Amino acid sequence: MKLHTFKIGGVHPEDNKLSSDVVAVEAALPKVAVFPLSQHIGAPAKPVVGKGDKVKVGTMIAEASGFVSAPIFSSVSGTVAKIDTVIDATGYQKPAIFINVEGDEWEDRIDRSETLETLANHPELTPEEIVARVKDAGVTGMGGAGFPTFIKLTPPPTAKAECVIINGVECEPYITADYRLMMEHPDEILVGLDLLMKAVRVEKGFIGIEENKPEAIRLLTEKTAHDPRVEVVPLKQKYPQGGEKQLVDAVMNRQVPAPPAIPVSVGAVVQNVGTAYAVYQAVMKRKPLFERYTTVTGKRLDHPANFIVRMGTPFGQLIEACGGLPDCDNKVLAGGPMMGKAVLNLDVPVCKGTNSVTVLSGADAHRQSAQPCIRCGKCVEACPMGLEPYLLATLSSLKDYDRLEKEEVTSCISCGSCQFTCPSHRPILDNILQGKGAVMGIIKARNAAKQTK
Amino acid sequence: MLTAVIVLAVIALIAAVVLFVVSKKFAVEEDPRIGRVQEVLPGANCGGCGFAGCSGLATALVAGADKGSIEGLSCPVGGPTVMGQVADLLGMAIEASDPKVAVVRCNGGCESRPRVAEYDGLHTCAAMNATGAGETACGYGCLGCGDCAAACQFGGLRMNEETGLPEVDEDVCTACGACVKVCPRHIIELRKKGPKNRRVFVSCVNKDKGAVARKACQAACIGCGKCQKVCKFDAITVVNNISYIDDSKCRLCTQCVDACPTHAIVKVHFPIKRNVVKLEEEKEEQA
Repeated sequence: MKLHTFKIGGVHPEDNKLSSDVVAVEAALPKVAVFPLSQHIGAPAKPVVGKGDKVKVGTMIAEASGFVSAPIFSSVSGTVAKIDTVIDATGYQKPAIFINVEGDEWEDRIDRSETLETLANHPELTPEEIVARVKDAGVTGMGGAGFPTFIKLTPPPTAKAECVIINGVECEPYITADYRLMMEHPDEILVGLDLLMKAVRVEKGFIGIEENKPEAIRLLTEKTAHDPRVEVVPLKQKYPQGGEKQLVDAVMNRQVPAPPAIPVSVGAVVQNVGTAYAVYQAVMKRKPLFERYTTVTGKRLDHPANFIVRMGTPFGQLIEACGGLPDCDNKVLAGGPMMGKAVLNLDVPVCKGTNSVTVLSGADAHRQSAQPCIRCGKCVEACPMGLEPYLLATLSSLKDYDRLEKEEVTSCISCGSCQFTCPSHRPILDNILQGKGAVMGIIKARNAAKQTK
Repeated sequence: MLTAVIVLAVIALIAAVVLFVVSKKFAVEEDPRIGRVQEVLPGANCGGCGFAGCSGLATALVAGADKGSIEGLSCPVGGPTVMGQVADLLGMAIEASDPKVAVVRCNGGCESRPRVAEYDGLHTCAAMNATGAGETACGYGCLGCGDCAAACQFGGLRMNEETGLPEVDEDVCTACGACVKVCPRHIIELRKKGPKNRRVFVSCVNKDKGAVARKACQAACIGCGKCQKVCKFDAITVVNNISYIDDSKCRLCTQCVDACPTHAIVKVHFPIKRNVVKLEEEKEEQA
């Protein structure tokens, strides 16, 4: 069997999928659930509840406040305690809604049965209706970036979608949430794919899965054998294959041009398996997005596990459920070890994009000290976007933003392959992110100035 | 040989004529005053005035003089002396502005602000700020990587190794504002130097509620408003749980310093032992 992969760059970090065989269980309800208002890319949601209001599971507590925005739903029943700020996974104080949990009472409209609803039984679901339900349920990308899903389902008129690609790659080390979801809810994911294909009006769907998940490949291939429209594409293991541009390259052999081009510019709509599942639940079960699969893992944790977590649950509670923090230096990451971000305290709540809580312990928790660059060029080889990371890092530290923009710093997907591969342990990505942030700011200001002219 | 000489001579002549005509026809007339003003300016090209360099300020000053006002334009490095000379040169009058100095509004040294996390990323304040709250629980205070000290062209800022906070050398500081711009947490402010260099200011920018701020840092302003109550000159405002002293209204009576329960309000260059009589004297002096 020929395995596909993306063409340039990539690295092979240690797999460490410790919790692959651990069946996901429902995490205990938190005492206080915290919902930051910006859990997605775009404008933060606007609260529609006030202190003292009673909410049920599935009640909308904040509405979308712009085109690129998404509503937020309560994952618990109880009373709104306050609207205050909380330090979320980004490290910043963000406004958030705090809800004191009382019981577990669900909104009546949510269908809690396990029966599988298929598209064939629901002819009333037009593409517009699907997109509307996805939008109303607050579904955002579940892979990490958190882009509101309905926008991806309404491509700009200049682009034409040709296929939907379901991202089951999960190339980050440690994380197994998507794998468990594929093993436990394959039928729902496939109906989700059906819905996505109908929503963007295409007749072709791919499911990309890396070769280190043979069980998932086998299971989904079996389930899709009768459907000629859907194809499971086994992929060679290589990081960052889960990046959507890399996945489009691997599956369709098409290259997405530099920003502002997006995958749909070459005809692909890429959605995470978690998103497909959320779309199924939103459309068929009228269940808004307030629950997700999250992996809690780490080499020194007593028993790494997968949880079905109500959003708003603090990281600390999940780590306790896995045996608590080991007795040494620990670094707790929201996300995996390659792209995850260290959190400042364990009160950080699980949000729509939290696919994993990774605990790095002992020596793993510390960086190695940086040595001078030896011009080996490994970062250039590793960069999946074909950039020159060493150069971007230097230009960033020199604050040469004009040159940085010419060197396409905005194409950087922050995958960290350069820093991972650097034999001198140089903080390449840290520098690039600084420069990228500044250049994005400059471009934004320039565009704003153009519009006012 | 002779042909070559003649050919070259003719080319030279034609070129000379072309150059002469072009230089006369397309001459850029620069106001001679710009050059003269630039000679007076310090030539540090620090950008403290808001222009890219001294020539930018000189051009703006001359243009301003033509319009009849050079208000708002000033050289923080040269101060009133240089601006006086410039004003004489341009035949303008300038308002005397108070000399300013950079003030670090964070007093969270290692003792009062314990470390709750360890940061081992890129060692710059900008990078550290981008990752979140830094090594302490205070999301507003000094990060201690010294971006400000690196930005100072005059060597007027250095990091104190004991406290981990930057210190301003007031004799060297020109109030160019480079450190103010570079600080990602906006801690540094240009404040009036004050009589005898005496100043009173709130050395904290933490906007968290009192309990949260105090938990993160013993020296934090908790927004209790006691200073506002004792101030007789209406110089203190408490907004977003943080007190701010308006240096144009403050009369340096230091009542707020004594009233502050967390010692977040600091006074500098006051005599260590003071009594009421002396205080009165100071007031008279100021008046």
